[in-house]
Amino acid sequence: MLTLADAVRDVSYRDTNPTEVIFILLGLVAIGSAVLVVTTRNVVRAALWLVVTLAAAAGSYLMLAAEFVAWVQVLIYVGAVVVLLLFGIMLTKAPIGREQGLDGENRIAGAIVALAAAGTLVTLMVDAFRNQYVDLNGGAAATTAKTGEALFQAYVLPFEVVSVLLLAALIGSIVLSRQDDEGVR
Amino acid sequence: MHLVYPLALASLLFSIGMYGVLARRNAVLVLMSIEIMLNAVNINFVAFNAYWQDNLLQGQIFALFVITVAAAEVGVGLAIVLLIFRNRESIDIDALHELGDSAAPPRALTTTRPDAEPQLEHRG
Repeated sequence: MLTLADAVRDVSYRDTNPTEVIFILLGLVAIGSAVLVVTTRNVVRAALWLVVTLAAAAGSYLMLAAEFVAWVQVLIYVGAVVVLLLFGIMLTKAPIGREQGLDGENRIAGAIVALAAAGTLVTLMVDAFRNQYVDLNGGAAATTAKTGEALFQAYVLPFEVVSVLLLAALIGSIVLSRQDDEGVR
Repeated sequence: MHLVYPLALASLLFSIGMYGVLARRNAVLVLMSIEIMLNAVNINFVAFNAYWQDNLLQGQIFALFVITVAAAEVGVGLAIVLLIFRNRESIDIDALHELGDSAAPPRALTTTRPDAEPQLEHRG
């Protein structure tokens, strides 16, 4: 079985183009900040590192020629979801400073499982797709116009279903988090 | 671009999110880890969309749907976390074992109503 070391020794991996260099740098930023999200002892800082992770992921979407997805990621995730998470942190009265006991007892087991999953997945991906190359110049570049056409021609029905789903989730969360008038919480 | 780079990035991000879900006790932090995992999946979608040169942009459209559903999920999830906090004054996930058949002695649950059915035997 060919491993990561064999892939690195592969000649085609030595001449990287600028797109790949930028992608790798963005990936390193994403991985580093994601590690900080899951290890930091400060809840608010975890949310702020999550912004860095999501922004780096948006940059990697841009490098993969998916501009609309990248900007939707910035708008929805960085703009809305992280703010929602910060509201959640505030409303559950989490201490703003450092905090002990954010990690449970099964931290070691979680680390072992995650390391095993990372090793298995990366080995599998490298072994399976080592020789595959994404041609980003061959018409794959999805402008926002193309994405919009696809979304509103071929995928109109799923789009509408998803909008109804969002409405249902909105109503559901309002009903769940509403405080009753009788003082019964 | 080599397809391996986005796939390796997605695998590593997914594993990091998996560690967060397993190791964290704060429910909001678990939600954040789930967001990281969903983003890893989205990177896969976008990468394979570019790889297959798909004219219908199926990968990107599906990534958009995943983003939308993730927004809905985090909204409902935070509402549930808020409810748990109001009822328990804590969002420690490890302390929530009412639904589990655990060996630990159950805490005092809700007040029993007079017309409540008698408790079943605890079959461990």
